[in-house]
Amino acid sequence: MADEKTGAPVSGTILVVGGGISGITTALEAAEVGYEVFIVEKNPYLGGRVAQLNKYFPKLCPPTCGLEINFQRIKNNKNIKWFTLTEVEKISGGAGNYDVTLKTNPRYVNNNCTCCGKCAEVCDVEIPNEFNFGMDRRKAAYLPHEMAFPQRYVLDQSIIGKPTAQKCKDSCAYNAIDLDDKARTFDIKAASIVWATGWNPYDAKKMDNLSFGKVQNVITNMMMERLAAVNGPTKGKIVRPSDGKQVNNIAFVQCAGSRDDNHLPFCSYICCLASLKQTTYIREANPKSKATIFYIDLRTPGRYEKFYKKVKADTNVSFVKGKVAKIEEDTETKDVIVTVEDTLSGKKIHERFDMVVLATGMEPSTATSKVPGNAKYDENNFVISDEILSTGCVKKPSDVMSSGQTATGTALKAIQTLVRR
Amino acid sequence: MEKKLGVYICSGCEIGEGLNIEQLSQIATKEYKMQICKTHTAMCGEEGVGLIKKDIEAEGVNHIVIAACSNRVKYDVFDFGPANFVERVNLREQVVWSHDWTKKVQVKTKDAEGKEEVKEEIKPNEDTQMLAEDYLRMGIVKAQKTNPVDPYLIENVERSILVIGGGITGLTAAIEAATTGYDVTIVERAQQLGGYAAKQRKQVPTKAPYTQLEQTNIQEKIKGATANPRITIKTNTEIARISGAPGQFDVSFKPAGTKSVWDVPPPKKKEEDKDKPAAEAKIEEPVELPADLIKCEDILTSNPDAERFGSIIVAAGGTPSDPSGFEHLGYGKFANVITNVMMEDTASKGKIIRPSDRKEAKTVAFIQSPGLDGDDSDFPYSSSVTSLISLKQAQYVREDYNDGKAYIIYKHMRTPGHYENFYKSAQNDEGIFLTRGEVKAVTENADKSLTVEVDDTILGEKIAVNVDMVVLATGMVPATQLEPVINLAYRQGPAFKDLELFDGYADSNYICFPYETRRTGVYTAGNVRQTMTNGECIEDATGAALKAIQCLESTNRGMAVHPRSGDMSFPEFFFQRCTQCKRCTEECPFGALDDDEKGTPKPNPTRCRRCGTCMGACPERIVSFKNYHIDMIGSMVKAINVPEEEEEKYRIVAFVCENDAYPALDMAGLHKLKYSADIRFIPVRCLGSVNTIWIADAMSKGNDGVLLIGCKYGDDYQCHFVKGSELCNKRMDNVAETLGKLRLEPVRVQQIQFSIDEYNKIPEVIDKFVKVIEGVGFNPMKGF
Repeated sequence: MADEKTGAPVSGTILVVGGGISGITTALEAAEVGYEVFIVEKNPYLGGRVAQLNKYFPKLCPPTCGLEINFQRIKNNKNIKWFTLTEVEKISGGAGNYDVTLKTNPRYVNNNCTCCGKCAEVCDVEIPNEFNFGMDRRKAAYLPHEMAFPQRYVLDQSIIGKPTAQKCKDSCAYNAIDLDDKARTFDIKAASIVWATGWNPYDAKKMDNLSFGKVQNVITNMMMERLAAVNGPTKGKIVRPSDGKQVNNIAFVQCAGSRDDNHLPFCSYICCLASLKQTTYIREANPKSKATIFYIDLRTPGRYEKFYKKVKADTNVSFVKGKVAKIEEDTETKDVIVTVEDTLSGKKIHERFDMVVLATGMEPSTATSKVPGNAKYDENNFVISDEILSTGCVKKPSDVMSSGQTATGTALKAIQTLVRR
Repeated sequence: MEKKLGVYICSGCEIGEGLNIEQLSQIATKEYKMQICKTHTAMCGEEGVGLIKKDIEAEGVNHIVIAACSNRVKYDVFDFGPANFVERVNLREQVVWSHDWTKKVQVKTKDAEGKEEVKEEIKPNEDTQMLAEDYLRMGIVKAQKTNPVDPYLIENVERSILVIGGGITGLTAAIEAATTGYDVTIVERAQQLGGYAAKQRKQVPTKAPYTQLEQTNIQEKIKGATANPRITIKTNTEIARISGAPGQFDVSFKPAGTKSVWDVPPPKKKEEDKDKPAAEAKIEEPVELPADLIKCEDILTSNPDAERFGSIIVAAGGTPSDPSGFEHLGYGKFANVITNVMMEDTASKGKIIRPSDRKEAKTVAFIQSPGLDGDDSDFPYSSSVTSLISLKQAQYVREDYNDGKAYIIYKHMRTPGHYENFYKSAQNDEGIFLTRGEVKAVTENADKSLTVEVDDTILGEKIAVNVDMVVLATGMVPATQLEPVINLAYRQGPAFKDLELFDGYADSNYICFPYETRRTGVYTAGNVRQTMTNGECIEDATGAALKAIQCLESTNRGMAVHPRSGDMSFPEFFFQRCTQCKRCTEECPFGALDDDEKGTPKPNPTRCRRCGTCMGACPERIVSFKNYHIDMIGSMVKAINVPEEEEEKYRIVAFVCENDAYPALDMAGLHKLKYSADIRFIPVRCLGSVNTIWIADAMSKGNDGVLLIGCKYGDDYQCHFVKGSELCNKRMDNVAETLGKLRLEPVRVQQIQFSIDEYNKIPEVIDKFVKVIEGVGFNPMKGF
């Protein structure tokens, strides 16, 4: 398309790396102006981190609702092409004229897949379910989750070459399983690149005193999202990992890693609200339940103060200002004992809980996996480069709403690099 | 071109196992006399698709009914280009995956000795078969009734953008849009551009490492905008009214502070006594305008001097909130208790001095949270920005005076994200004292200094700090709280809707789609959305600029904007039959229609989001879309084969929201959750588009009940069209009344609020409703 008023050349492709809510938003907003966009996603599905969330704060509405609209928009827009199981290997050239090498990993399932599920039925190998943070197991032939887009199965690499894989192939009536599928690399040209690879939950094991991985009933906030979700490992029942018992008394430990110079020096923006939200999961599921939030400051940016007030009005939710010093297990009951100094009363508290949720922060994905091209980072590995653009949580810690906001603005910035050519 | 249908039935993915495909085909070939009806074991495969393509080429098939899986899958392989209409009949997720294929039937037989014996036999489930047959009927009828869509194209779509507000947000939006190649006009009420940003000494950091105060770049922005040939600036100017629609907004300007005949007249009073059953869903009370001496022109009168714009960005900012309500803080009583805005003003002009005697203010206390007795809220409209502003202004005290001291008394220090670094840099400053505590009182001393009494909750003691000045960390009241700002000459009133949900902030109430408003083509940015830092305003403005550009480009192509982006259908009105009841004008969630003095609606198709609420509202049924109309859905309802009462089978019609409820039904199918086969689902664009005639059609055809499954409504509404499901619910009273007149039990028609992730509850919800219907028995109108 050419801008008829300015006559400026406006051709060229925008490459969006990362198919989470930020990447999808940048891609769609640009595509709906009329530009060609490629989305590259390393997972076998689009949706990213938000696909794992049970509800959004403050409306407590399901993330799949917005994702479904976005998937409809993608389906209806010929300007967008997407590549799943794909990563960027190399970027050369510069703004307006990038050469990008992409690598697509094998799915072992081709476009013929109808999503009938026969391969999973016959598959007799189970693997830890990454989507649920290993809290359950799934078949090695699997649909990542029921809302996955594209709705297409995946065969896990681990069964390739084994009899199970052949069994899966034999069960498929549509010739959709290709056991010879290989990783392939290909080159594309892009005029503008937007890095939107999001975040990973900070590894809770790194905080020795919080005992994650040692005390069974200590989980992370992302695990809590999966526990509360209907499509999660317990079908939405919030129970303790040790014995499957209903949780009556839960604690949330804020700033688990965040605002800590030894871990993540910055504030992760979302964790206070995530915990406030998660108290509503447990309170709704179990009217007798109690929740305690241990915090340093409750940060409710934007208009979220209203949500905090709503949760605070629930007398079964209590708030204790204090940084948790220690988490231990009662080896007999598997209860969790939290030691914290209440900075308001000055008292040292030892309190017993059925389960403890660590409000772990967000680490930019670029802390572990850098942009394979020219990019600048801040001291915490967030991408701050002006040439290869960045958006969403790989740029700064954000919630979904502000990700949507910045991703929309980033779409314009990407378009401008095409217009200026 | 002549319409030619082809029916293609897939027997793969267990459809063939669950159904008698031969019998199903006969619905097409015998009942509907279709010449082309083909079956395949994998219609989505190369061979199956080839079959269809061949018929398109050789037989001229252009309306393709594919009875296979849900339209949410295989959408790409079954896309045969814009010239070919495709209707998908969902036999997989919503028939064979969610219903039993067989059932046990008790058969009486006689044994060898002639003794009667009751045996159980397993037979194909006729209910599942009947369900599939009805869906196929509905699919064929839909294809028969659809018409080609002609986009609504207007000549000369205006591609320039109006930006309301010349502060940092407005300037950024204008510059960003101009840089992308669009003409922009900024309208600013004040004499000068720059807004509050121009009155700041410095700004909180916008870039890594987020530790140091920065110079604002507002002067460069003002220069940049002024010098930009694409940007026109109108200072000292206000908007009298905006009329028209995206692509052709006509804007009447006026000198700031004056009245004009083009001001928007106060909305007409509703005729309260008029009998309007549906109009329980009346328009929300519009903002009352002050009584005006000038008689304003009607909203439909056009101003020949108006300027035309394609889309609008609202960056009107805010006004500092008044903290006088918190008496114990002494604002208004003591000269040296000021707000952070006053502090900024002082700081931008020179060294920090106190108002009482213009002496140096070397010790300053900042109060973040005004409440008593444990109330830990910040000042109203604070967002988390006021924490940052106090940290910034504390640094001013330190910059100006080597022996300066700043006390920040807070309940929560709110420095989210990267701003934590900025907080830390303040913590490292020995002259900045950060204390968590509750301010009990501020008192004035003889020398006009102030004593701040604090219950210091960290040290567990009461402290009193003596300071030269106290700064209250107040927020910004959004302009939209105080006045309509956009002054739309729309029948539904001049202002944004739903403002009360967010204390006056113009918010979309969508987490995923923050820029959407209920006024198409009008996008908000900056402090009208929430109190923001300069950095946040800049980002927000850039996004709003994109949306404004996108809207006029979509309008130029005849396409809808969010959420049905790209849709080219639009509502058409058969005015000869209009009774001027105004329901469409009143109910449209987006204020797309303006009625004239007689009450005849004037559609403004580029304002329309294509939800069909007007179609649902119209009692005369004169509103239709080419590919979605009363007759189409009504005929689909009538295509259901309702068994005679003797057959003892119930029939229920369900209108389901295609955005959320329909995918949930698919998920239920994917999980093989089973529910009654007595119910037939008809996807609708939004429950708001459900016209009560369809319910009447269903009941008069002998169906036993009607279910409406749509999104949640209320403050946390999930309806993509904001009001659709709520309006549908309001119409239900009307439906109950009609049913009463027909001596039918009102429980036969029910609406359910449903979320997309509640698929696990589908069987419960459906079967519960079926129980209710079984409880009231068969529709007595059956067979009439």
